[in-house]
Amino acid sequence: MSRLKIQNLTAGYGDFQALFGIDLELNAKETVAIIGSNGAGKSTFMRSIAGLLKNAPDAVQFKGENIGDLPANKVVEKGIALVPEGRRLFPSLSVEENLLMGAYSKRKGPWNLNRIYELFPILKEKRNNPGTALSGGQQQMVAIGRALMSNPELLLCDEISLGLAPTTVKDIYKAFPAIQEDGTTVLVVEQDINQAMAVSDRIYCFQEGRVSLEGKPGEVSKDDIKAAYFGM
Amino acid sequence: MDWVNTIVQGVLLGGLYAMFATGLSLMFGIMRLVNIAHGDFIVLASYLALVVVTSLGLSPLISLVIVVPLMFVIGYVLQRYLLNKTLGDDILPPLLVTFGMSIILQNVLLEVFSADSQKLSAGALDIASITVSDQLSVGVMPLIVFISGVAIVGGLQFLFYKTELGRAFRATSDDQDTARLMGVNNSHIFALAMAIAMAVVAIAGVFLAMRTNFDPTVGPARLLYGFEAVIIGGLGSLWGTLAGGIILGVAQAVGAQIDPGWQIMTGHIVFLVILIFRPRGLFPRSVD
Repeated sequence: MSRLKIQNLTAGYGDFQALFGIDLELNAKETVAIIGSNGAGKSTFMRSIAGLLKNAPDAVQFKGENIGDLPANKVVEKGIALVPEGRRLFPSLSVEENLLMGAYSKRKGPWNLNRIYELFPILKEKRNNPGTALSGGQQQMVAIGRALMSNPELLLCDEISLGLAPTTVKDIYKAFPAIQEDGTTVLVVEQDINQAMAVSDRIYCFQEGRVSLEGKPGEVSKDDIKAAYFGM
Repeated sequence: MDWVNTIVQGVLLGGLYAMFATGLSLMFGIMRLVNIAHGDFIVLASYLALVVVTSLGLSPLISLVIVVPLMFVIGYVLQRYLLNKTLGDDILPPLLVTFGMSIILQNVLLEVFSADSQKLSAGALDIASITVSDQLSVGVMPLIVFISGVAIVGGLQFLFYKTELGRAFRATSDDQDTARLMGVNNSHIFALAMAIAMAVVAIAGVFLAMRTNFDPTVGPARLLYGFEAVIIGGLGSLWGTLAGGIILGVAQAVGAQIDPGWQIMTGHIVFLVILIFRPRGLFPRSVD
């Protein structure tokens, strides 16, 4: 059974429809990347899965259970955590308090403060600093660590390399094997196509709210991606 | 020595004003909710204490055991099932709804209890005082009120900065959507915040009733003092709110010492002066 099954997902904001019947499946322990240009609906898709946008109950199935209409605070209890676009750290909380907020749902699992500090040692040094006083890359580490603190079975990462220097992006993606080691399924939205290809088992390309390409990194050609990405 | 006495009495009065203001500060700090009915809820708590004291024959201080939990529940239900529905990007709906609640509360209290002025007697406590020197005495009741005000602010500060619930309050105040992603049920958290604010309102209401006369129409003036204390102290800052209450209390006491008719006016003038030079208050929260 697939861990996450999306079927005919439509979503939008008021009168504006951003997604038009998305179908997608993720298997346990798999890492899947979604690529696509700005406005393709990638973040809307992630927000829909995380429960920030309401859907039909069966549009999102997690481990066989319909969760499409659950609010975000219930979705995280089921084992899905989102690293939101732009990090969205809590400005009035310190680094450690931000991380502890991630454990609010009290899900049991392998992740705790010590393991997060092992994964990102710099955060231990800066644990008493305000989260927003850190560099962009360090903030991203806090955002990923915060999501892991909920011990998710499915980790959603929305544009985690956005606005970061290439070396910082590399450092952050170095943490992925440790995350995958525990059997966590990972879904990443990534504008950097090479990075997406490097970390994923499969990729989906979105274009104007629809899936325009699906395949394994080694099997899709640059021309396929160009056509799916830009609609050329 | 007269002036020392005036300032001491002002500081003690400030403890009561800080209590009026703490509930407002909590509501604004967490929910960005400006509660126009705040003063009327203080008066409601005074009347609830009056009912408890007269029907059960308890002392006003003991009535807190009943009034505080009752106001806690009222606050939770009110926020969860009414005020949460008014919150959003537009600041007008909560203002209008709480303005409406203010009018309703005043009229219901008028209907039930009449316009007669009431006061709760604490017996010997009313006139008990501690003599510091020949010219300086401190009333025991005002001292209890002041110490309670400081303890409430200290307790809330601990709750906010040292507990998981407090962390959730601050996180939800920062970013509601992201707090939801952490598993926070925002409706419940807001209702709890209002319940805590109303528990503080209950204490303020009982002390108000023990300290001075009250009737159904005195709420808006308490709201005004509360607002002034919050704004002087800086929005969202609890210790700032205590400082704001004390500054307002001292200003009024000094005004009254100059001329009894100047008491309220002096408080307003100090408030305006601070607003001109420090529009964000004296100790604003760094993140707003």
